[in-house]
Amino acid sequence: MRSVGSTLLTLVLFATYAGIGALAHDTHFSLGWVLASTLFVWAGPAQIILISTLGSGATVVQAAIAVTVSAVRLFPMVVSVLPMLRTPQTKRWHLVLATHFIAVTLWVESFRLLPQVPRRRRIAFVHGLGTGLVLACLAATTIGYGLAANLPALFAAAILLLTPLAFLLSTARNCRELADILALLLGLGLYPLVATFHTGVDILISGITAGSAAYAVHRWQARS
Amino acid sequence: MSEWLAWFIGDWHALLVLLIAGFLPNEIWRLIGLWFGAGVDEGSELLVWVRAVATAILAGVIAQILIEPPGALASVPDWLRYAAVAGGCIVFILTRRSIFAGVVCGELLMLAGKWWLG
Repeated sequence: MRSVGSTLLTLVLFATYAGIGALAHDTHFSLGWVLASTLFVWAGPAQIILISTLGSGATVVQAAIAVTVSAVRLFPMVVSVLPMLRTPQTKRWHLVLATHFIAVTLWVESFRLLPQVPRRRRIAFVHGLGTGLVLACLAATTIGYGLAANLPALFAAAILLLTPLAFLLSTARNCRELADILALLLGLGLYPLVATFHTGVDILISGITAGSAAYAVHRWQARS
Repeated sequence: MSEWLAWFIGDWHALLVLLIAGFLPNEIWRLIGLWFGAGVDEGSELLVWVRAVATAILAGVIAQILIEPPGALASVPDWLRYAAVAGGCIVFILTRRSIFAGVVCGELLMLAGKWWLG
């Protein structure tokens, strides 16, 4: 529980979820709906994409595709965190709840905090950290939703800007190899180009292209 | 009480949409990671590629939020949004990767810009 309070990312996450609450209010979703989305989706960018696409009149299928594409990034996060949690006795179902908690913040914090935790206590640690983060974010969502009606536009804009800033910098901080840094830069640069074609799956196209190009450079560099 | 509950939950149809377009698309990738991740070596080449693609997709989402901003963020001019994020990144690099310093400076830049524009 102390780990929840001590991380600066928690502060940023708290403000991001206040922004999601405010956005949900402005796009006429119910408080119960946005709280359920925080609890069950538990991925900030996905929730923002879901709310903004549905709010702009997209169909359920279009929204589902956009969210599915953005959620691919959860797969390697799960794959890289789970080996840190496993012991020879661990059954797969022991990890289901911990898997649900994995999103950008918990992924970042796992690399920072887990090495200091004895291996057999790591699953319990992630359950505690995850529960604490979700509870804090449910509170933040409620506060943002409640404030939205009275929030000055400037403050609301500042809260919404937190999401891209925080996600960009925390991803940059976790770049371990050249491929990661290149993927981040190419992905940022390529999306605006691909978006001009309005394919409906712009993020998927720019992501796979930029990611593969970054990987190709990584391979080429490893060989020479 | 029932009035409050109706306000709180809203439209049941919207909750079904949340399940289909919100919960399942995210949970499926987590469960695939749980199911097939066991055999994958953390340093494997496949994982380097998957991580690069996932990072680039997240970069695309970030770019999308900046280019087609949701809600109140649309009231901030394009150039100011980009300048605020660029400023945040520069401070992040100068402070040897301090997320906090970068986020605070980006935010202050945006607020100062808006205040200056009036």
